[in-house]
Amino acid sequence: MPFSPEDFAKQKIAAIQDYSILSWQAISDIFSRPRYWADIFTQMDSIGVGSTPIVVLTGFFTGCVLALQSATSLKAFGAVSMTGNLVALSMVKELGPVLTGLMVSGRNASGMASEIGSMKVTEQIDAMRALGTDPVRKLITPRLYATIFMLFFLTILSDAVGIAGGALVSVALLGLNPSSYFSNSYRALEYADIVQGLTKPIFSAFIIATVGCYFGMSTKGGTQGVGRSTTQAVVVSSVFIIIVDFLVSRAMIGVFGR
Amino acid sequence: MAEETLSRDGSHDQAPVVVFDHVSITFDLKPVLDDISFTVAPGETRIILGPAGGGKSVLMKLTNGLLRPDSGSIHVFGEEISSMRERDIFRLRARIGMVFQESALFDSLSVENNVAYRLHEERVPEEEAHARVVEALKFVELEKAIQKFPPELSGGMRRRVSIARAIISRPDLILYDSPTGGLDPITSTTIIELVMKQRDVSHTTSLLITHRLQDAFTLAMHRFNPQTGAMEPLPNGGVDESTKFLVLNEGKVVFDGTTRELVRSTDPWLREYLS
Repeated sequence: MPFSPEDFAKQKIAAIQDYSILSWQAISDIFSRPRYWADIFTQMDSIGVGSTPIVVLTGFFTGCVLALQSATSLKAFGAVSMTGNLVALSMVKELGPVLTGLMVSGRNASGMASEIGSMKVTEQIDAMRALGTDPVRKLITPRLYATIFMLFFLTILSDAVGIAGGALVSVALLGLNPSSYFSNSYRALEYADIVQGLTKPIFSAFIIATVGCYFGMSTKGGTQGVGRSTTQAVVVSSVFIIIVDFLVSRAMIGVFGR
Repeated sequence: MAEETLSRDGSHDQAPVVVFDHVSITFDLKPVLDDISFTVAPGETRIILGPAGGGKSVLMKLTNGLLRPDSGSIHVFGEEISSMRERDIFRLRARIGMVFQESALFDSLSVENNVAYRLHEERVPEEEAHARVVEALKFVELEKAIQKFPPELSGGMRRRVSIARAIISRPDLILYDSPTGGLDPITSTTIIELVMKQRDVSHTTSLLITHRLQDAFTLAMHRFNPQTGAMEPLPNGGVDESTKFLVLNEGKVVFDGTTRELVRSTDPWLREYLS
């Protein structure tokens, strides 16, 4: 069939419509019965506890490398003692939320898309509906709320280990005083920075869960389709996280002035 | 006996259970079902025959509200499901059991949890749910597999678990979507025997899709004997009056009637299809 721009546009608009409806249902289903608390806790364990090692590792080494790289530039201005400020601000405002979002996206958006996609192509989603269960309520709502809740705390963890990683490099390799590093880090952070850093994971988590589940639910074409959905889920959610990160940063700077 | 406890009280009113009225549905500009009309009476077993790609599975999903028609209306238990909200259809589906083409068992749940899925959703106490699972698995002669997981089962065993899952809530309507598809002849006969057992012991209204004419005619010309626990031919070459046929080809109804009418049909396409 020849390429038709009209059909292409219609498909994209229909996809946005489906995504919006699915997201709204997933959000609103928590406000009515039945609620699947057991599934929410299972997902919290899988998404939150399961992602802890990768979040700790990436956060720690990002803090390390941030201290190492910034020290070179700061040295030129004779301001190596400011390393703590730079690491804390970068981790809390930007790198902690974004890297945690990207790591959790790579691990969980793909997991959600492949798990739900496999259920879709083997008619398990239809079977669930036939057995009187709403698949959005049973599968997507628990994943959405579990991701939002856990990503918030994973981001705090990432920020903390990132600052700790920066401290290790600053003390062991750059010869800085640990108490001055932590004191500078603490003084650098203001209320607005914390709010900005902890608002971002809420948006990232929403993107990870809804995009992962949307691609899972719209899977077609057998195992090849599951692979395609998984890849698309990771790519789309990662790009969205970075775009939304920019938008949230701009909005927060507009509100708080920093 | 397990069979007796699974049976309904039989006090059906005579209003049709399923009514399709000028139903059409199109996928990607291709008409899959075109102006389909038929009714299924209480206690009737309706066998749906036809070549692959004729819209049989779509018809089954329409009956359960898993798909919605583009035009026409579908009534199930007197309620028009084609215009119902999804939330209301869930309530109606509590009265419908469905056996999917590839079983569609939840592969991360054990056989027990698969069969008890609906009971768990309805918050039936664990002990009662377990007893009913054992009863349903006895019906399909698979009680030893209760702790297994679907990937550990053969194709025929998965279909039997799927039947157990469909009948556990004692539905008023069972939809069998190609329950014998892809199975060897011996296993197919076992599945057909279970369908027959449900038909003759519980008198549940059902729709059954099959590609195998042999299975369809076995169902029409045999009955289940609860004393021997096996099926046997109806005496004097008789046919089961509650079993009727619907033949679809390219989305249209080619035949709608009894077994006798089917074998006596003079329609050339039908004669060739049956030969």
